[in-house]
Amino acid sequence: MKAVFTRPQALSDTPMHYCPGCTHGVAHRLVAEVLDELGVRGRTIGVASVGCSVFAYNYFNLDFQQAAHGRAPAVATGIKRVLPDRIVFTYQGDGDLAAIGTAEIVHAANRGENITVIFINNAVYGMTGGQMAPTTLVGMRTTTTPFGRDVRTAGHPIRVAEMLATLKGVAYLARTALCGVAHITKTKCAIRKAIQAQLAGLGFSLVEILSTCPVTWGLTPIDAVKWLEANMLPVFPPGEFVTDRGQERT
Amino acid sequence: MTPMDAATAERVLMKGNEAIAEAAIRAGVRAYFGYPITPQSEISEYMARVLPSRGGVFLQAESEVAAINMLYGAAGAGARVMTSTSSPGISLMQEGLSYLVGSELPCVIINVMRGGPGLGNIAPSQADYFQATKSAGHGDGRNLVLAPATIQEAADLTTLAFDLADRYRNPAMILTDGITGQMMEPVAFRDDAAPRRPVPEWATTGAGDGPVRLISSIYLDPEALEAHNQRLVEKYRRMQAEVRFEAYQMEDAALAVAAYGLVARIARTAVDRARAKGLRVGLLRPITVYPFPSAAFADAAGRVAAILTVEMSAGQMVEDVRLAVAGRAPVRFYSRLGGVIPTPPELVAQIERLAAEVGAR
Repeated sequence: MKAVFTRPQALSDTPMHYCPGCTHGVAHRLVAEVLDELGVRGRTIGVASVGCSVFAYNYFNLDFQQAAHGRAPAVATGIKRVLPDRIVFTYQGDGDLAAIGTAEIVHAANRGENITVIFINNAVYGMTGGQMAPTTLVGMRTTTTPFGRDVRTAGHPIRVAEMLATLKGVAYLARTALCGVAHITKTKCAIRKAIQAQLAGLGFSLVEILSTCPVTWGLTPIDAVKWLEANMLPVFPPGEFVTDRGQERT
Repeated sequence: MTPMDAATAERVLMKGNEAIAEAAIRAGVRAYFGYPITPQSEISEYMARVLPSRGGVFLQAESEVAAINMLYGAAGAGARVMTSTSSPGISLMQEGLSYLVGSELPCVIINVMRGGPGLGNIAPSQADYFQATKSAGHGDGRNLVLAPATIQEAADLTTLAFDLADRYRNPAMILTDGITGQMMEPVAFRDDAAPRRPVPEWATTGAGDGPVRLISSIYLDPEALEAHNQRLVEKYRRMQAEVRFEAYQMEDAALAVAAYGLVARIARTAVDRARAKGLRVGLLRPITVYPFPSAAFADAAGRVAAILTVEMSAGQMVEDVRLAVAGRAPVRFYSRLGGVIPTPPELVAQIERLAAEVGAR
């Protein structure tokens, strides 16, 4: 019998702890498939951040370091600088990357640090129970914006991809979404291009992946995907923001 | 530590900060991450100038927070690594220190202390003793802490710090001050050959076809975290074997002065002058302040009439002295604060006053 669908070698055989309908599992699998297809699993080091994906290392079959909240790009920088021929990626959520870790992500991008960042944007803090994230939509209710995010007191959602695209150290930057097969396919394509940019030594690469958090959103998994499509895509438009800018580094 | 043969080694005139940097390079440091802050900037500048041509990586981080986390990543990848900063920067590194201890990563941290609290000033101080010796950030962690009194010793202890960090898989800190960092003295370096330290088997260097490795400090199960902590506590107990101190003129001493680092070299002059006046006084100088040479103080307490502790802090090491002495001898305290350095005449006056008080000659 021919196996037509198997677990990627870069994923471990460990049941995931993520909530039903959460898209972390999809994002993990896409990263793992790309690492397998590029044949780099054995020389890849992942950096887990703080948030729901803190235990990502349980699910990836790779060497991993677990970083303090927001510091994954600095940790990845330390690894990459002493092991420049390895593949180093971080896996960070929106609270980790766009709030407490803003300095680390901006400066890693600006240095053109030759690492890849997988940035999960689901518009809330998931692990701590659904508080406002820097990417929470205007008017969106969370446990710390019980009357909806008010721009007069809480500001607007940060568009990380657009912000980082202004920095010349960035070699590849895309925003994708995990809603429907077409978007998921584009997500995998973007992850592949990001890792390929790193393999080519072009500089910093990042894929912002719009994701769901059905439990803290108070929606069923299917309604969460619909909500993402209807509400997040207009605020966070998918697309490639930087491609093939590696030459500008020299 | 092997005593260095100063007669055969070439001596060069260097700032303390530069001597620390040079010693680290000779100890095989592979990566240095730092953020500018006075009075330690010469370490960063020396590393920027010299380290790349000698096979290492220099990177100026965006903050001390980033620097200590770069250290974490590179240490976890198996490299000998170092950062340096001064007091406010150490505050910012506390989070990272906690993770380094929890994940058991060897690294060297230089603290060239300045006056505080807050922004304070850039003058020398010893006010970070608690922060260095009592906890590595949050959560029961410990640093190995070495306190040099001369520039030669700053270089030698930097070398030792790398070895101790590796031996115990734990951060090791050099606790020094703005004067020792900025002052120039002759220094001789040990063997120029960088030690060939193999990449540790636990390092995350890419798993290849072998088992995967993990650098982490998270143990969600309370019993697992308790077991992890108990293992760390057992390690701190083993670290006590690394205690180092200097006893100067203590053989017949009726009074002891307790001081470390810069203050100890001033106190040594004061001890000599007090001896010239006929006072039998000695100096007990911790070289490691964690582990603290408690046994040496307990032993001295049974032989002297009193101990005078001198610090450039409002009274930090004196707590460890009192704990070690445990009431067997009176412990007095004298200090200057805010970057003011005590002078030998000041200390001689303090020694004379204490001698009169306890009737010791």
